[in-house]
This record gives sequence, C-alpha cells and structure tokens, in this order.
Amino acid sequence: MARPGFVLEVDKSTPPLLFWRGEGFSLEKLPAGRSRVIYPPEPLEAIKDVDGAILEALLNPIDSEPLPALLFPGMKLTIAFDDVSLPLPKMERPDNRQRVIEAVLDLAAAAGVDDVHLIAALGLHRRMHEYELRHALGDRIYDAFHGRGQLYQHDAEDLDNLEVVGTTDQGEVLEINKRAAESDLLVYVNINSVAMDGGWKSVCTGLASYRSLSHHHNPTTLENTKSLMGHRDHSALHQSVWRLGKVLRDSGPRIFQIETTLNTDMFPSPFDFINKREWEWTAKDRAIYLGTTKSLKRTPIKMARKIFHGMQGPHRMTSVQAGETSAVHEVTLQHVYRQQLVEVQGQTDILTMGIPFVCPYNPDGVMNPVLVMCMGLGYLFNMYRNKPLVREGGVIIMTHPTYKDFNPVHHPSYIDFYEQVLADTTNPAEMSRKWEQQFAEDEWYRHLYRTGNAYHGVHPFYAWYWGAHGLQHAGKVIIVGGEPAVVRRLGFTPASTMDDAFEIASDVVGRHPTISHMHVPALLVADVK
Amino acid sequence: MARTKLKLPKPARTPDKLSTVAQLRKVARIGDAIGSATQALLKPTRSLGFPYRKPTAPKGVEVPAEPSKLGADFDTDFARKAPAKALRKIVTQGPVRALVRALADPEVVGLDRLADLERMDDPPAVIFAPNHHSHLDTGVMIVAVPEPWKSKLVVAAAADYFFDSRVKGTIAALALNAFPIDREVTGRKSSDELRRLLDTGWSLVIYPEGGRSPDGWGQDFKGGAAYLSNRTGAPIVPVFIDGTGSIFGKGMNKPKAGKSKVVFGAPLWPSDDENTRRYNARIEAAVTALGDEALTDFWTSRRRAAAGTNPKLTGPEYNGWRRQWALAEHRRLGKAGQRRRQKRRWPDLG
Repeated sequence: MARPGFVLEVDKSTPPLLFWRGEGFSLEKLPAGRSRVIYPPEPLEAIKDVDGAILEALLNPIDSEPLPALLFPGMKLTIAFDDVSLPLPKMERPDNRQRVIEAVLDLAAAAGVDDVHLIAALGLHRRMHEYELRHALGDRIYDAFHGRGQLYQHDAEDLDNLEVVGTTDQGEVLEINKRAAESDLLVYVNINSVAMDGGWKSVCTGLASYRSLSHHHNPTTLENTKSLMGHRDHSALHQSVWRLGKVLRDSGPRIFQIETTLNTDMFPSPFDFINKREWEWTAKDRAIYLGTTKSLKRTPIKMARKIFHGMQGPHRMTSVQAGETSAVHEVTLQHVYRQQLVEVQGQTDILTMGIPFVCPYNPDGVMNPVLVMCMGLGYLFNMYRNKPLVREGGVIIMTHPTYKDFNPVHHPSYIDFYEQVLADTTNPAEMSRKWEQQFAEDEWYRHLYRTGNAYHGVHPFYAWYWGAHGLQHAGKVIIVGGEPAVVRRLGFTPASTMDDAFEIASDVVGRHPTISHMHVPALLVADVK
Repeated sequence: MARTKLKLPKPARTPDKLSTVAQLRKVARIGDAIGSATQALLKPTRSLGFPYRKPTAPKGVEVPAEPSKLGADFDTDFARKAPAKALRKIVTQGPVRALVRALADPEVVGLDRLADLERMDDPPAVIFAPNHHSHLDTGVMIVAVPEPWKSKLVVAAAADYFFDSRVKGTIAALALNAFPIDREVTGRKSSDELRRLLDTGWSLVIYPEGGRSPDGWGQDFKGGAAYLSNRTGAPIVPVFIDGTGSIFGKGMNKPKAGKSKVVFGAPLWPSDDENTRRYNARIEAAVTALGDEALTDFWTSRRRAAAGTNPKLTGPEYNGWRRQWALAEHRRLGKAGQRRRQKRRWPDLG
C-alpha cells in the first residue's frame, strides 16, 4: 500500500535533505523549527494487465462510441501522440504510446482501415531523433509506417500543411495540422505526467501552428496563469486553450482522446534512493549516494549527462481512459491528483527546490541557463493548487550548477537569446515586444526547426514566459552553486552555499523566515490551503 | 646429398625346424591347460542355474518386455539438478552461444511483448511455441529467450530421435535440458511430467509442428502445447524463427552460415470457453502472423491477420517444383535472402 505524501516539520534530528544539483546531488540541512519538507506520495500500485486495460478503455470509452464503431474502411485515420518531452526520464520499453497505438492499430486493422497516418505532436519542440521515435513507438510501428511516409512529425511552419479550423469569440485563430484537420477521426495518445497537460491542450498546442500558439503562449496570458497545475479558472492559458478546444470540437475533425497516467516510480535502480525519504535510506542507499556523488564530481560533464539521460524510469501506468476530450481529461486529473496531491497548510517566506538534470525541453540535451529558470519558476514553482507555496514577495532558492552551456543542435536560438535578449532585458513583456518577432521569423532558426532537431526560434521566449508568474510573484530568486556571471545574466542572485542563500534572503524576508522545501522529483502538487 | 644407410647386424637365426615344432607343441599344451581350468571354474556356476543365471521361460507363457529406458521413458531428472545446471550454464553460455552466433547470428525482436510477464513479482513459467526448421532452432531459442526464463528452460525434444540411445539422450539432456516427448501423441507420462515441470517453475520450448520441416515450409501445428497450456494455465508465447531452415535445414549434410531472426509474440492465455483444438488454431494463427511480420512489417501483418490472409506457414497448397519455387521466393524476403544479397557495384565500363 503506497503511503500518501506528507509534510515534515524539520527538527534537530531531521537528517540533511536531498537536493538535485543538475547532474548531481547534495544534502542540505534546513533550519529546525521553521522549515518543512513536502514529500510526494509513494508510487501508486500500477495496472497489472495494461493491454487489457487499454482495450477496455477503447471499447468502453467515456461519452463516446466505442472506437471500433468509429472506424470504417476507406476512412482517413490520424493518430497523434505526445513527443519526447514526456515522460521524464524516458520510460522503460515498451512505452505507453506504443502499447496504446498498437491496440488502436489492431482495431483499425480489424475494421479494414488502410489510410492511417501517425504524427508526433511536437508543437514548436524539436523533431525527435529516429532512436527517440523508436523508443516511444517501438520498432514494429516505426518500421511499418516510417518507410511508407505515414509516420512523421508535425511541422508548425509548413504553411501548405496547416489548416485554419476556426476562430474563438476572442479572436484566437485555431490553425492545426492539415492531415489531422481533414481526418475522419483523430486519435490523440497522451501521456499525462502533470495536471497541466492533456485535454484540449494536446491537439491545440501539439498540432498547432506558431500563429495559433502565440495566442496563449505570451507574457500577458502566462502572468495571469495563476495555477498551471490546479484550477482551470485560475489559468488564463488553459482558458484560452479550452476556448480553442470548443472551436475544435464544433468545427474540427472528430477526436478520440486517449489519456494515460503514471505513478511516481521515476528512477530505476540504483537511483531509486532519490524517491526515498532520507531517514529510510539503507546502508546500500547511503553507499550508492556517496559513490554516485563522489564519482560524479570527478566525471566529465558530458559523460555525466550521458549517464543521467540514459536512465529509463519504470513509470508504471495507473490509469487509461478514452473518449470525449473534456470528459476524459476530468478523469485523468483525478488520477493525477490521486498520485501527486499533498495537502499543505499556508505559505512560507522561502521556497527551496533542487533543479534536476532534465526538464521537458532538454531530453538528451543540455540543461542550459534559460531552462534552469524555466524548470524552477515555470514548472516547480507552479506545482501547486490554490496558491503558491511561497508568499508573494518571498524568496525562491534553487540549487543548480547553472553553467553557460548549450546544445547547439537542439537549442540554437537559446544561445542568441541568452547573449542578446537576456543581456538587454529579463522582463517577459519587454522582450516580447522588442525581440520575439525577430526570433520567431528568423529563416535560419526556421530551417533548423523544420529540417534538423532544433526547437523553434521562438521557443526560448516561451520557456522564459513559462516562468513569468514566478518572476512576478517572487521578491528574489537565488541560485546556489551556479556560475555567478550566468546567474546574474538571468537576473537572479548567486550564492555559494545554502547558508549563504539564507543570509542573502534575509534582506527580503528577515532573519527568521519560514521555509518550504519541495522534495522533487518525484512529482508532487502542493494543495496549499 | 648422399644418404648413408645404417647397417645393423641381423640377429642370428636357428634354422633348426625340429626345435620350432617342439615350441609350438609346448604352447598348445599350455593353451589346453588354461582352457580346461576355465571350464572347471565355470562348471559350478552353470550348474547353479537360476537365480544366478537368467530364468528360462515356461512354454506357453508370454514374457512381458522389459520396461524401456529409452525414448519417451528416458529419465532426465538428473539434468535439472544443481551440478547439471552449472555444467549446462557453462555449455550454453560458451560453446552453444558461440556456435549459434557464428552460424545463425540471430536478431531478436519483440521481447518488449514479454515485459508485463517479466515485471511480475513472480514471473510465471511459460511455454514458448516456435516454428521448427532446423536443429539450430533449439540453440537459437536457448540464446534468444530472456531471463528469468532462460535459466529455467526445458526443451521438448523428439523422443525417437534424441533419446534413442543412452549416450545421445544424456548429452541432449545435459547440454540442452532436453526432455523426451512423443511427436505424434503426447503420452500420459510425458504430459504429467511436463505439467510437473511447469508447476515447479520450469518453462518449456515446444515445437508444435512436432518436427523439423521436411521441405522448408511449415507443418500443421499439433495440439500438445495448447493442451499443456490449457491444463496448467501457463501462457504460451508464440515465436517465429526465420532463416534457420536455409542454414541447417532437414536433409542438409553440413550447415551453411547465415542470418536468422527470432520474433517473440504477445503471450496467449488459455480461455475457459475454448477447447484445445481452437486454442491450438489461435497459437498457429499467432505464429503465422509473426511470420508475416518478420517478412513484411507489423501493420501489414496486423491487417492481414484481421482479414485472415496472413500467408500460411505451411506454404502454398500445390506440390512439386512450384512449391519449391515459391519457397525460394519466400526465403528471399526473409533473413535467408540477406545472405545472398550482392553488394552493389558500379558497372565496369572498361
């Protein structure tokens, strides 16, 4: 039986706590009597008969006819699926996408459907490498469809293959992949790691054009997105996406949404100590921690990255549901919250968090400084429901080496964003006004996005906007262990140690601040009352 | 260079014929003495009779035959004891593996379909049911089957072929953990024994075709695997092996190294409302679909499976040269075809 998440009040006997530091870890002591640690629930029990559960979901969907009833000979069937940004770290084979798509294909084969296309719903993310597609879909699907030209990746800049579906009452244009728009049935296969994903966001961002995405991926919307993981009413982004979803439902192709949720069994042995509570570490866990941290300090960074990105998490499936998008997503959210929600009383002056080696935008790549900001203020800060863990004007302390290092293949525009845009301003609204269009329309970035494995030219802006609410909310952001010049370029304050960080924070929150530490990953959503 | 012949002095020979005859007589006398001494020794035993000697049968009584210890009655329990397991590990991980790699170079796909079984707290014993074209298939399966089943794997082998002599049977049992099974009818003893093995966690490799393909095409599946699965509840993993038939097929005198492919299918479970015959048909259909997948691709195979048009393992209905002709075409699509593929070259234009 999985134990629920809980909040630990730190006292003198509390052991030092595990913090991620990029491609490494550290143990940090938090002040007793005024600190608390939020531990995620333990991994829920996974579905035993996964293939059986998938088939059951397809045959008995929510608010929809069974999938076989929607399939007929001569139809155009398009299967879109989430890209490499999910889950993190990558899932042990077979990936849930492969399992679900194989089940859908079996039913399509039985119905005599010939015209099937599979599209990776990238949005403005980088194109997946062949080995990533093979990992997500399995060799069988890849070999069967890629050679025929029926497995490909969405291109948000391919004007000939985009189609306007309609416009919302607020003037937001929904423009999506033409093949998907013209299909008799669009099946979307989602992996839901966090509550903000899934639902209408799947199609309305994954298969959308830059024009369509810019309606909600902008500083104004994201500053007003007060709860990415919680109530949709508090998220301007989700409100916009749901308006577009209504257009899609009314004027677009028929959609059959399949969503799966995962437990928090994220790290394989021997790294499974990461998920454990420190006082429950065995002698073996302690030995592995010591061995790992000591050796990682002496390991070249490229090799350390290779080790971490090579990890494959168990990520067991806890639920699968299919049918009408909104109804399916409501059930999905219940399962996500069942796994991730932890009730927390009140806010604190300081929020601490360890930043890991990976975020949704650097699988098999470098966690560059812009992504450190995005992961801290865009993702981890937003892992709450109701209100943030840190009070408005409080301090956020992150731990990460924050090196000036970029992957030129994946993140070419990030390099120029760091050098040009951040040198000019860190204000989301200002950078949007002065710089965004130039990056978005740059022909070279467009070429690399369309033909290479680069994120879209505008993507670093979106990554920065993702943290807009956190930037606005926090009085100060401190990065412990980061390269000072790089941290300052981000507009944050560098600190050498956690004690130094508390000292620096005292300027803003006084000498005896209250502190919350998010023990992530594994993932958790703090339900702040 | 001239060679000098070494001349040795010849031993002196006595040309006395009389002395030679005397010597022969002496030897003959000694021989007679030994013979009579032996007779004298044997005489009391002979006179003792039964039970010191084999009993004679009364007239009109039919003596029952001694129970056979060969064929399906060959006792292979010793092969599953710790010393034999240790020895087998060395043999299979060493020479067998090297031989299989060198001769068949198997490409193993579809293991992800076993992930759910593998991840269970106590992975169940399973029955692997591959098609069968060559003696190499067993070696290929021993190499290809993943843990946790690899270390507890029993291979059902034709009793009349592998267990017709003590030496052959012992080698097969020790090296491959072979278990004798009748090709045509699974006897009660064999089936009880196989059930016992499955119940104690040993997985099986059973070739449902009953023997190697005589002509390169497959044969109809016999119901042994389905029967065992039905009786024990153990899942059946369909497997398709491609390419071994042209490496060392039936009738070939020596192997011809090439490539092979092993495709594992999703486990099949017995169902309460399905008799052995239907279950067997389901297993055959699954292996047939895997065969199609190995030669074409997953989507083509699934579509044909849904329409019931996967090319049959047993090949075309007609006989004679056309059947062999079709076999050549069939093999060209698979791993066997890769061996003969010529490297492309620019034409020599002088």
